[in-house]
Amino acid sequence: MIPGKETESRIEAALLEYPQPQSALLAVLHLLQAERGYIADEDIEYAARRVDVPVAHVAGVVSFYTMFRRKPPGRHHLQMCRTLSCQLRGCREILAHLRTRLGIAEGEVTPDGRFSLVTVECLGSCDTAPMMRVNDDYHEGLTIERLDALLDSMK
Amino acid sequence: MTDGRAQTLLLKNLHRSDSATLEAYLQGGGYRALARALKEMTPEQVVEEVKASGLRGRGGAGFPTGMKWGFMPKGPGPKYLVLNADESEPGTFKDRLLLERDPHLVLEGFLIGCYAVGCHHGFIYIRGEFVRPYRILLQAVQEARARGYVGKNLLGSGYDLEITVYRGAGAYICGEETALLESLEGKLGHPRLKPPFPAQVGLYGKPTSVNNVETVANVPMIVEMGANWYGNIGRPKNTGPKLFCLSGHVRRPGVYEFPLGIPLRELIYQHAGGMLRDDRPLKAVVPGGSSVPVLRADQIDVLMDFDSLAAAGTLLGSAGVIVMDDSVCMVDALLNLARFYAHESCGQCTPCREGTGWYVQILERLERGAGRKSDLDLLLDLSDRIQGNTICPLGDAVAMPVRSYVTQFREEFEEHVATRRCPRAAAAAPGRA
Repeated sequence: MIPGKETESRIEAALLEYPQPQSALLAVLHLLQAERGYIADEDIEYAARRVDVPVAHVAGVVSFYTMFRRKPPGRHHLQMCRTLSCQLRGCREILAHLRTRLGIAEGEVTPDGRFSLVTVECLGSCDTAPMMRVNDDYHEGLTIERLDALLDSMK
Repeated sequence: MTDGRAQTLLLKNLHRSDSATLEAYLQGGGYRALARALKEMTPEQVVEEVKASGLRGRGGAGFPTGMKWGFMPKGPGPKYLVLNADESEPGTFKDRLLLERDPHLVLEGFLIGCYAVGCHHGFIYIRGEFVRPYRILLQAVQEARARGYVGKNLLGSGYDLEITVYRGAGAYICGEETALLESLEGKLGHPRLKPPFPAQVGLYGKPTSVNNVETVANVPMIVEMGANWYGNIGRPKNTGPKLFCLSGHVRRPGVYEFPLGIPLRELIYQHAGGMLRDDRPLKAVVPGGSSVPVLRADQIDVLMDFDSLAAAGTLLGSAGVIVMDDSVCMVDALLNLARFYAHESCGQCTPCREGTGWYVQILERLERGAGRKSDLDLLLDLSDRIQGNTICPLGDAVAMPVRSYVTQFREEFEEHVATRRCPRAAAAAPGRA
């Protein structure tokens, strides 16, 4: 897949923002992932060409940063915070409920492609614990009831 | 001493629902300090004013900001100022609040900083997960550009300044300044050996200064009100207002602003509403983000500033105050943090890469009830071997808490070994690993 026009023009713009093109690598990967939903092998090759670095370097970068995914996520990518402040306020119960209700474990996608579930480290929202990120949005102060209502609203 | 009233200097615009807009910021006197710096002060004078204010970095290390800027070489040639908006220390959520609710305050402080160090292209490195603050910040930069605060010939001063907002992609280590610079160059976030320090060899090999979000948010008031005024807030050598993040078992978690030096007890019991549950008394407090040594309930009569906490054997760090009541198993809490550091270790240095994983293994078996008597000393021994033996402070950031949990709550660790179970597991939540 060649990136679409919109992504391509954004990549062009990103390359112009830095004194060295390699600095645009993370931005390029973010854009490619936004278009496809994950980073495929050909995206790695494409990014390497665009910022003029070896393919192996891009592969290393993709595996180093947790936000880059190598597999398609669900339509709603649930990222449950598991770090201390959220644990103190019950993220384990929330996570257990998620596992039970969705019938999947961390790292898996529901068969209908609706949800994927991962645990993540502190997202800097400890005063609203327990919380999770769904795609790009924060959902805070979760309770089992709120979580169920939220999941019901996500088609 | 505080009078018990929340004082708002850093958070003064937050009462407005439109606080993130340029309009609201200008109405509150915004960008006056930038105009003053550009029109009435030389870059050196700005650096001197910040030096005289006593402002210390709010990212965790507490290094004097003016001194840091003073390390930057004078004269021509590219120089960079980089804003560290990679807030990811567990228990810390102050920078996100500033970025989302008062981006222009952060931006103005950053622009003044750029002028002070002679930087014509500033970079804002924001955590990848912070999509909302990222969008708000982009909007703020755009608004500032339209008003002549960013771009060519700032406010007719002849000074040019370009700003690029850069998104990370998920790595705690990128909050460490040299890892951040590597990441900004499109590489893995592997910390660099120091020396050379970034002020000599930084971004693209050029002199660079890296400052935290809350740090630069202090700069406009210093320029506008003067170093003397600023120096009267807080305590000697610990000057200025500070944002404290309260989380865990308190009734009113959130960000609180007070002068440096507010008593920790007052912060917890008066401002954060005290303990969450009446029947669950305080057991432990992490005063400065997950990387700092933990305090027991009988040690909270301490002032929240850099030097007082250091004297008490811990650190102010990022001022992420994590409060734990007596339902918490300290082995379990430490295991949570050990997993965090094991996950976030960049893997460059053997002591940290291997040691963090060993911590997890040892703590898992203690929590399972399969721990050995020798495990406690093994944890301490591991800390001795990690601390000070790694390129960056991530090794120290895990070795210090491990040592403190084991020494401060040793009986609890011993109980896990003696009874071959976690004494609090019966009351534990489902899904407990």
